[in-house]
Amino acid sequence: MAVLLLAEVNNGELAMDATAKAVTAAKALGDVTVLAAGASAAAAGEAAAKIDGVSKVLVAEDATLGHRLAESTAALIVSLAGDYEHIVAPATTDAKNVMPRVAALLDVMVISDASGVVDADTFERPIYAGNAVQTVKSSDAKKVVTFRTSTFDAAGEGGSAPVETVSAAADPGLSEWVEDKVAESDRPELTSAGVVVSGGRGVGSEDDFALIEKLADKLGAAVGASRAAVDSGYAPNDWQVGQTGKVVAPDLYIAVGISGAIQHLAGMKDSKIIVAINKDEEAPIFQVADFGLVADLFDAVPALTEKL
Amino acid sequence: MKVLVPVKRVIDYNVKVRVKADGSGVDLANVKMSMNPFDEIAVEEAIRLKEAGKADEVVVVSIGVKQSQETLRTALAMGADRAILVVAADDVHNDIEPLAVAKILAKVVEEEQPDLVLAGKQAIDNDMNATGQMLSALLGWSQGTFASELDIDGDKAVVTREVDGGLQTIKVAMPSIVTVDLRLNEPRYASLPNIMKAKKKPLDEKTAADYGVDVTPRLEIVSTAEPAARAAGIIVGSVDELVEKLKEAGAV
Ligand SMILES: Cc1cc2nc3c(=O)[nH]c(=O)nc-3n(C[C@H](O)[C@H](O)[C@H](O)COP(=O)(O)OP(=O)(O)OC[C@H]3O[C@@H](n4cnc5c(N)ncnc54)[C@H](O)[C@@H]3O)c2cc1C
Ligand SMILES: Nc1ncnc2c1ncn2[C@@H]1O[C@H](COP(=O)(O)O)[C@@H](O)[C@H]1O
Repeated sequence: MAVLLLAEVNNGELAMDATAKAVTAAKALGDVTVLAAGASAAAAGEAAAKIDGVSKVLVAEDATLGHRLAESTAALIVSLAGDYEHIVAPATTDAKNVMPRVAALLDVMVISDASGVVDADTFERPIYAGNAVQTVKSSDAKKVVTFRTSTFDAAGEGGSAPVETVSAAADPGLSEWVEDKVAESDRPELTSAGVVVSGGRGVGSEDDFALIEKLADKLGAAVGASRAAVDSGYAPNDWQVGQTGKVVAPDLYIAVGISGAIQHLAGMKDSKIIVAINKDEEAPIFQVADFGLVADLFDAVPALTEKL
Repeated sequence: MKVLVPVKRVIDYNVKVRVKADGSGVDLANVKMSMNPFDEIAVEEAIRLKEAGKADEVVVVSIGVKQSQETLRTALAMGADRAILVVAADDVHNDIEPLAVAKILAKVVEEEQPDLVLAGKQAIDNDMNATGQMLSALLGWSQGTFASELDIDGDKAVVTREVDGGLQTIKVAMPSIVTVDLRLNEPRYASLPNIMKAKKKPLDEKTAADYGVDVTPRLEIVSTAEPAARAAGIIVGSVDELVEKLKEAGAV
């Protein structure tokens, strides 16, 4: 059985953590070929060749594949699909944009956000914001799957898979890239950080979000936010944790001024240790917290930052 | 310009979901159902395009059980002009998969010839995040997913997308499928007079068979289980105690 895995490539660089976690999931299905696609992808392909368990790397470099536009990337994957029973990717926004398109072109269902592999046809996936876990068995000839990275450990490095180049498929030319607004940050990436400190509506303002950021920096943590905090403009959209934001499972998750709506819990309840700081002792977040502190965050967070 | 908006009837987002004891699925009997929150945003955006003089007709379509007409009436009360109900299931527990939904929508698109399809990014029941992309593939159209801003500019649409790294703006050729994210707009509530008026707006009823689409699922649901529960935690009395506990647990 052969698996084609779409690597996560951003501006020519391999997102190692997301890709290596998907490799772990894919290894259970068969021989893994990684596809690195982009306007520049050779360096990403070289990096992917070092992931343990990768048996081959395909590099597709073409201007039309830049910025991971769905139409051209899906066309490329479909042109390669003949050789593979499984076509998989980490469940990033890029892959969620591309993979359902690939599945429909192949006339198969997509299995989004799989959190477990039972066998080559059978996968577990959370539904209803993680309030239920469904096991589904595919009857399709090819399986198109995205893997929720938070539930798989990253494969190690040390491999040296051969790298081949492939050409882009004809570009349907339907979309063009205009711009990216990417916040540069020295902090760890939210989905791979060992510690995440998240703020909610209780933080009250963009300025006061600095309290959350200071605590995060003290712990070498990534910063997250609830949807309410993002909607209120306290934090950028790419910090949102939850059903419709990012799913994280760090060793330590500190939720500050977050009530704990199910849509938020969906993105963090698999964290190893959860700390909640909230002034309302009835807040549902305390039901999932290992350590709860009922306190005003404006007192507790500076004190915690100082004492750690 | 004509805008088509697919809307799904789903469990209300405030309802606590219960997994059936026999593991066959989630209990949807006598549970409050509503329009998928993302689809409300899509309907709102379509109506705003009409109000801005950019669209002249908003057609909403729902696929599923007969009761989905309630969802369509809500969309009509918000301001959509016309609705199409495609009955494809007789039990609310039979969710129609995105691939089958996309195939039916492709047929509706063929009939209706919209310039823009505005769908939700994700249905909050199956959390698939797939239908818009699949429809786009079947039609060979462009796609702009996870939109937090949308601007129609002649025969192109400029879409700002919420992506992992931040925001991406792309320009897509029309006709196009755009899937909407939560921050695109805040949907209006339907007023009572508009709810009354909506009852008189046209609602066409069809079946999946009318479109010749086989809705047999490709994914067999083997089982549905409760997620693993977390062990009960403790409430600490002070910041000092919290620090101590975190150190004991090796977390800091
Ligand atoms: C379709 C859909 C998808 C969604 N997706 C997501 C998602 O991905 N992620 C997400 O987070 N939400 C999501 N939501 C929103 C979710 O339902 C909640 O509205 C949101 O999570 C609430 O954010 P919050 O906890 O910050 O705000 P609130 O619920 O307003 O809670 C604020 C908390 O702060 C506490 N507080 C206030 N002041 C202080 C203080 N001084 N000190 C200490 N505590 C204080 C309060 O006691 C309260 O518990 C979604 C909703 C829908 C409908
Ligand atoms: N049964 C359905 N009827 C109408 N629209 C649907 C249906 N299923 C999905 N959709 C549309 O597709 C979007 C994404 O759904 P999904 O791919 O299931 O997550 C929804 O927000 C709707 O706009």
